[in-house]
Amino acid sequence: MKKKSMSPASRSAFINYGIVIVAFVVVQILLGQGMVSNSLQSLLVPVCCYIVMAVSLNLTVGVLGELSLGHAGFMSLGAFSGIIVSFALQDIIAFGPLRLVISIVVGAIIGGIGGVLVGVPVLRLRGDYLAIVTLAFGEIIKNVIMVLYVGLDENGLHFATNQSNLNMSYEGVAIIKGPMGAVGVTRLATFTAGFILVLLTLIIVQNLVNSRSGRAILALRDNRIAAESVGISVTKYKLMAFVTSAALAGAAGALFGLNYSSTMATRFDFNTSILILVFVVLGGLGSIRGSMIAAALLYILPEMLRNFAISEYRMLIYAVILILVMLFTNNPQLKDLISKVIPKGKKKGGEANG
Amino acid sequence: MTFLSHLITGLSLGSIYAIIALGYTMVYGIAKMLNFAHGDVIMVGAYVCFFAVTGFALPPLVGILLAIILCTILGVVIERLAYKPLRQAASLTVLITAIGVSYFLQNGAQILWSASPKSFPTNFFNIGESKGITLFDGGLTISYVAIVTILLCLVIMAALTFFTGKTKMGKAMRACSENKAASQLMGINVNSTISMTFAIGSALAAVAGVLMCSAYPTLMPTTGALPGIKAFTAAVFGGIGSIPGAFIGGILLGLIETFTKAYITTNLSDAVVFAVLIIVLLVKPAGLLGKYVPEKV
Amino acid sequence: MAKFHFEKGHMVPVPSHSIIPERDLGNVPVLECSHLGIQFGGLKAVDDFNLTIGRTEIAGLIGPNGAGKTTVFNLLTKVYQPTMGTILLNGQDTSGKDTAHINRMGIARTFQNIRLFNNLSVEDNVKIGLHNHNRYSMASGVLRLPSFWKQEKAAHERAMELLSIFHMEDLADHKAGSLPYGAQRRLEIVRALATDPSLLLLDEPAAGMNPSETAELMENIVKIRDTFQIAVMLIEHDMNLVMGICEGICVLNFGRIIAKGTSKEIQENPAVIEAYLGRKKEG
Repeated sequence: MKKKSMSPASRSAFINYGIVIVAFVVVQILLGQGMVSNSLQSLLVPVCCYIVMAVSLNLTVGVLGELSLGHAGFMSLGAFSGIIVSFALQDIIAFGPLRLVISIVVGAIIGGIGGVLVGVPVLRLRGDYLAIVTLAFGEIIKNVIMVLYVGLDENGLHFATNQSNLNMSYEGVAIIKGPMGAVGVTRLATFTAGFILVLLTLIIVQNLVNSRSGRAILALRDNRIAAESVGISVTKYKLMAFVTSAALAGAAGALFGLNYSSTMATRFDFNTSILILVFVVLGGLGSIRGSMIAAALLYILPEMLRNFAISEYRMLIYAVILILVMLFTNNPQLKDLISKVIPKGKKKGGEANG
Repeated sequence: MTFLSHLITGLSLGSIYAIIALGYTMVYGIAKMLNFAHGDVIMVGAYVCFFAVTGFALPPLVGILLAIILCTILGVVIERLAYKPLRQAASLTVLITAIGVSYFLQNGAQILWSASPKSFPTNFFNIGESKGITLFDGGLTISYVAIVTILLCLVIMAALTFFTGKTKMGKAMRACSENKAASQLMGINVNSTISMTFAIGSALAAVAGVLMCSAYPTLMPTTGALPGIKAFTAAVFGGIGSIPGAFIGGILLGLIETFTKAYITTNLSDAVVFAVLIIVLLVKPAGLLGKYVPEKV
Repeated sequence: MAKFHFEKGHMVPVPSHSIIPERDLGNVPVLECSHLGIQFGGLKAVDDFNLTIGRTEIAGLIGPNGAGKTTVFNLLTKVYQPTMGTILLNGQDTSGKDTAHINRMGIARTFQNIRLFNNLSVEDNVKIGLHNHNRYSMASGVLRLPSFWKQEKAAHERAMELLSIFHMEDLADHKAGSLPYGAQRRLEIVRALATDPSLLLLDEPAAGMNPSETAELMENIVKIRDTFQIAVMLIEHDMNLVMGICEGICVLNFGRIIAKGTSKEIQENPAVIEAYLGRKKEG
């Protein structure tokens, strides 16, 4: 084993770490040179969040092979719990980065708990139930947070379904105001924090996949009945993948929530879940690197297109490209056509860009 | 009296969901795909009718017919261009393509007709100046829209049951949803059967779009999205792939939503609807009328 | 971990009491089915199935198509929960257990329509079979703690050792789905063996093989039994194979056992002949 060179899986994992580190360093240098526009700078933290979302969703959809249509719901849980924690600790811990770390950890835990609540009853069912239930779950979370009021005063946290019921003292501050969402949030998130979270996510997901547990999860995806026949507990490993994925989404949510001074629950709706799913599918199911690259490119490109004359058409173009990529990468005849027109080496790059 | 009025509101909302859900469930049954663009066909239908009536001053009935025709064509074209080439592909691929189509329709509508909401005419089903039947000395008003919606839903349901049960095309549809390869060997034209299914589903979506906007008159490019998701929920609720299931699922969903709004909480009605869905699925994994097919080993 | 002495290249049968004590007791049969049955709707797919298999026996389960042979395997492995009867595995009741648990209790199987983890490498397929024998927690996997490295090394070595039974070490890095048909069938057996079963169920292991491959397979099945000291039960239509290596044969027709015995007894049994060839028309 020691003599043998690195396995293909670990080599690929280390290339991914390399890509992330190089990207971070390059961006830092560009930032130092003042070569990054303000609008692009504002995208740095969200891009990190979406990369974490895509990589973690890939764990559910690509590695476990279960469709989730409510990944943004876990992000939402993480975002709002992170915001509440960061508020609550404001007077206790003055050091911002530490508060950020605690918020992210709490976000991950709450996201994970959400994952357990959805996963335990649903994952034992066979079929596409996870898709429907996660969709429903995401809508429920959005709906509940939209009527939730949370306030903080010297007596602690107050929860209610409208502002007057919060019963706070004169000093009290409302953190979450129902449909308006969280307001007056101290923006703790930084690009460095985003970079570290991406790196941690990669370590967790890749090490999990390349381990005994990961093999069990992959086995369930490839052939559930055969996996059971060799003694793999279906529920345990489905839950492991799903909860890990939800917890990472919660962490990404906390970072995302603490990147804006105000956040509404509608930010984490069905469309967001779908957006992340699109990243995962276009990046390639099960391909961590694909998810990373697709998330970064597909998040930044439409935002950049805002500044051009075609901005009105950008989402229309996005839709057309999405359909065409699906057709050209999955229809046998069109696939043949492509491989005739474009030599093989270039095709891969084309797919990743699309 | 208020209970009766809520019941009728619930039934009429449920009928709209049921009409949309029927389209969802038929397409799922035959193409085994979640057509997430279905909700947006509703929106297109409503816009077509809106412009026919307000822009070209056509009579409402012509507007509705125009909406049905255009949506039918739209549905068939979408199937031919976007879904047919992917018939052998993984279901996730088709799902993403459907999402692409949904984005396309929404953003196309936004460019063509702008994002600002239009207020849909609500007088289509009025008789003279009267908006509805007033009963119990004004204690209860039943709008004509509600009556038409409920009756139309029943008619559609009966027609579809007859169609799939008795006609040659309907039987071909059921055969294709069981086994496409075998149907082809039996001389059924699978392609035209699937096109037919999309045509019927899209025509129903157009009808639902007009009915929905007559009752809830705000028309925007995203108007179809949430009803689409809810109708999908209704289809799953009743047992996806089952026509009576979609009908029952839709009606129940409308009733649950309306009664939750009336008696429990206005803001959390969606949460309640989806929570009920989850509970139903946990108890009856195949939905109310769906059948559970065990995997062969 | 290593319960069996096993050298690369040539196998050494070791029925040593100190290494595998419970398997050599010989007094408790590996499998005892009594009145086992399942009903789908009104149809009794398997009914009143009674069978005992000894610790190192090779047993054959034969019968015409649709007789319910694979259903018996599915009942034994709890892919279907039996509606009637009991199954004792190494003397332990298996009622209420699921498929994964049954495997941990000692039954491993292959499938009539091959079920490999097609997108994973041959080595990973075997390692998945070793799942319950190279244990370390999810945390040590994610954090790459020493137990991860130790167990992964052991799993790799054991996987290679098992693959050498069929001389498949060179294929370790290939995708399982890309293997030729015969190699896929062999890999399924290796994967099943990796779970360290006391009873190995083979569902049509020779299907699609030519006579020379079948002959080799027969040798290998006997070799596996001798090396691992386990019981083997197989479903097979190739009568040369069944009659050649099975010490006990059980014939199933319409879900019921119509005959049990040695190959000679089965060949002469009129009920069996009738089931396979049909009844002679009277008059």
